[in-house]
Amino acid sequence: MSRLRLAACAAAIATLGFGAIGAALAAAPGATAIDIDNFTFSPPTITVAAGTTVKWTNDDDIPHTVRAVDGSFHSKAMDTADSYAFTFTKPGVYSYFCSLHPKMVGKVVVK
Amino acid sequence: MSEFEADGESRRGFLKCMTWAGTGLVWTLAGGVPASIGLEAAAATRKTAPFSFVQVSDSHIGFAKPFNPDARATYREAIAKIAAMPVKPDFIIHTGDVSQLSKDDQFDDADQIIKSAGVTVFHVPGEHDVLDDGQGKAFLDRYGKGTKGAGWYSFNHSGVHFVALVNVVNLKAGGLGSLGADQLAWLKDDLAAHGPSTPIVVFAHIPLWALYPDWGWGTDESAQALALLKRFGSVTVLNGHIHQVQQKVEGHVAFYTARSTAFPQPAPGTPGASPGPMAVPADKLRSVLGVREISFVARGQTLPLVDQTLA
Repeated sequence: MSRLRLAACAAAIATLGFGAIGAALAAAPGATAIDIDNFTFSPPTITVAAGTTVKWTNDDDIPHTVRAVDGSFHSKAMDTADSYAFTFTKPGVYSYFCSLHPKMVGKVVVK
Repeated sequence: MSEFEADGESRRGFLKCMTWAGTGLVWTLAGGVPASIGLEAAAATRKTAPFSFVQVSDSHIGFAKPFNPDARATYREAIAKIAAMPVKPDFIIHTGDVSQLSKDDQFDDADQIIKSAGVTVFHVPGEHDVLDDGQGKAFLDRYGKGTKGAGWYSFNHSGVHFVALVNVVNLKAGGLGSLGADQLAWLKDDLAAHGPSTPIVVFAHIPLWALYPDWGWGTDESAQALALLKRFGSVTVLNGHIHQVQQKVEGHVAFYTARSTAFPQPAPGTPGASPGPMAVPADKLRSVLGVREISFVARGQTLPLVDQTLA
């Protein structure tokens, strides 16, 4: 890879990085949409009121799942652009992960 | 499966592997067996002639993105390469991710394509093959006859002991590939029947070494599995999952990952990248997909492991 191309890639990555931070800030407490992109749940932690429906959407080129660590909810495999929604009725902290790529983890805090 | 049944464990085997990536020789290994035995004696104790087999991996039938609009087409090309090999392999091992989404039509198409090679195929599941509601039942119904647990098994062929492991089910949050206590216990018993001079080939989908744990490229209990394999003079570990050729040697154990027949993935830790499909220009695609041929012959002869691309 040429030096010029490397620099262009670095710039692109930096831009993407800032974009992700911006999205995370915008999706502060109350957000109900979680984006799955680049093997990451974004935002990784959200805080919602009981009764809120949270919706995950897969924007990756590979299938992912959403599976609660305690087994209380799980999606089917979501292909690109597929979504999964779950309504949290009870307060608590719900840790979840992708059962295909378990390094991908997230948390829903229900108040 | 009679041609793959048990044979003499005391036979002195010898395995030496060489890997080519594309056109250049990148790596060689002499996996030693601590036995001094002449070529004639080795040949005399051998129950069958030297043989070769092929590894294919990550066919992802059902994958369709602009840079590879139909993974069936590239899989067909891969199997055609095998069918055209000058020496017909004794069998094929598929190291998982046969399908993209564990759908019946995807498994059906994969079976139809690989059948044209005209040899027996041994499977282990990848994480894409256990996405059905039964979490792998569809795969086991199809390929799991005679296997244990989530689909693990072993067989012998020409004095080499082959072990198929499953490390894609019951994965834990934050963890890596997983073998589980039941499978490790089975592995211990299975290996106990074999002497240290028996060449061992282990295959599983996710790498059985800590290749790049940050991307999930490793197996949680690999140290326990490798401890059981330590006493053997020649161990070859074949994995898929990462869609590229990587290798490592640890004592008498040589680890290899294979190319996919569907799409490449980035080199481990590539900044800004993730362990998903890596788009490549159409004219480059076939140079990053491929199959692998592994040969076993008597000591003193050339015993190559050759990676062939589709290009």
